Amino acid sequence: MTAETEEGAAPGTLTPDAAMRDTTRAWAICAYGIIWREGLRFMQQKERFLSALVRPLVWLFIFAAGLRAVLGLSIIEPYETYILYEVYVVPGLCAMIQLFQGMQSSLSMVYDRETGAMRTLLISPFPRWFLLAAKLLASVVVSTVQVYAFLLVAALWDIKMPAKGMLALLPALFLSGFLLGAIGLFLSSAIRQLENFAGVMNFVIFPMFFASSALYPLWRIREGSPLLYDIAALNPFTHCVELIRYALYLKVNWDALGVVVPCGLVFFYAAVRAYDPVRGSIGRRRG
Amino acid sequence: MFSTLAPRPALSVTGVSHSFDARKALDDVSLEVAGGSFTALLGINGAGKTTLFNLVTRLFANRSGTIEVCGIDVRREPGGALARLGVVFQSRAIDPNLSVEQNFAYQGALYGIASDEARRRGKVLMERWGLADRMHDRVRALSGGQARRAEIAGALIHRPRLLLCDEATAGLDVAARRAIVDDVHALARDDGVGVLWATHLIDEIAPEDMVVMLHEGRVIATGPARNIAGKDDLASVFLAKTGAGAEALA
Repeated sequence: MTAETEEGAAPGTLTPDAAMRDTTRAWAICAYGIIWREGLRFMQQKERFLSALVRPLVWLFIFAAGLRAVLGLSIIEPYETYILYEVYVVPGLCAMIQLFQGMQSSLSMVYDRETGAMRTLLISPFPRWFLLAAKLLASVVVSTVQVYAFLLVAALWDIKMPAKGMLALLPALFLSGFLLGAIGLFLSSAIRQLENFAGVMNFVIFPMFFASSALYPLWRIREGSPLLYDIAALNPFTHCVELIRYALYLKVNWDALGVVVPCGLVFFYAAVRAYDPVRGSIGRRRG
Repeated sequence: MFSTLAPRPALSVTGVSHSFDARKALDDVSLEVAGGSFTALLGINGAGKTTLFNLVTRLFANRSGTIEVCGIDVRREPGGALARLGVVFQSRAIDPNLSVEQNFAYQGALYGIASDEARRRGKVLMERWGLADRMHDRVRALSGGQARRAEIAGALIHRPRLLLCDEATAGLDVAARRAIVDDVHALARDDGVGVLWATHLIDEIAPEDMVVMLHEGRVIATGPARNIAGKDDLASVFLAKTGAGAEALA
């Protein structure tokens, strides 16, 4: 690597290397660095990892065990036989992990903005869309690790799923993690203070999770409330759950894919726009 | 053969204004920071210092006037301009839960610098300040002054030509403040880095430093500190020009 020399630069030990960002390797280093830091922070917060794991396990071992006798499930796609309720809720709980991770990542961005760490990221010379995409990718990687840890514990509890489905699940997790992370990213641009984040729990996480096919099949919801069925059918989280459910059984739910990908791109675009100093809400705030 | 062209300033701000709704935060501000110089941006809280920094760093978009870093317009080519500047913000931006060298690695990555190289560069700076043995410590284990130095080192990892420091000594005791100000003066003098040092503390400014006085979003005086002070001391001149009470400089 050769140092760039610039007009006006006095001799000294600090010579600029501003041109480095123009290489492909530099872009890769930047993306990797952002993902590495997110992973490092996650690993250092052991209680965060524990709660991310315990939360779906509580639903699986307590809630699902209790409802097993109450809820009868007919054979529906992608299942080819009757399944236990515990098996039914596993995809919803995988998506729940990703939903919480997306919001957690958003929470950490609001915190970073309050402390000033966010500015360190945003003044990087790389384009802002790239920095936010790397941040989003970091969130997807962390959530994917959590999902596989959860699936491992579920397997140890004798909840059977196709072994090949574990591999087929990966692209589905990537896409659903991208959508849920992008929603979190967009929300982080709109939330001004950390205290406001409690509202996200009440108005985003809980409605998205409960008004979806995570806990009950859509046909069951329609029997109880046609309105709730319509809401659940429109809910992007439902489509994340179904994408994961089908992938676990080596199938593709094209309808879900057709919702998850465009919605992910729309929310990501909205987040990039919100973080744009010229057009977005971030640039209009007082410093 | 000698060039007749003057070297480009590290920072050039020309006719910049900025408003938050109806309130004008900056009004037709112009200033220059030469390479290798220490320029103090002196103003009380609310003078517009942080707003100016946010415009230079592209956290806000400048809609009027021009801002150039080493001759590169931040509006037209933000990436090129940002690659040449380092920033130390008023609020702590370094991650307290990571070690110093992990912070350097992350900081380097944001400029496309590999982890090993970023750690090496950070260590050189920390050695200069006698802190090389704290590289593996978590930032939260450092004193306020040490953490601030680590943060300044992080801002220099990518070898910028311009260093912006926004009230970088806020919350530190007098000895730590003095030591950091001396270190940053040495950076400007020895390494040719142009420094824009925002402060409201007169004792951080040396007589030979350039001063830009900012008040209510306007530049009210500019020039070498000793010229502005004349026969008086700089604090008296500043208070007379702004009409502020002495407590504004505490």
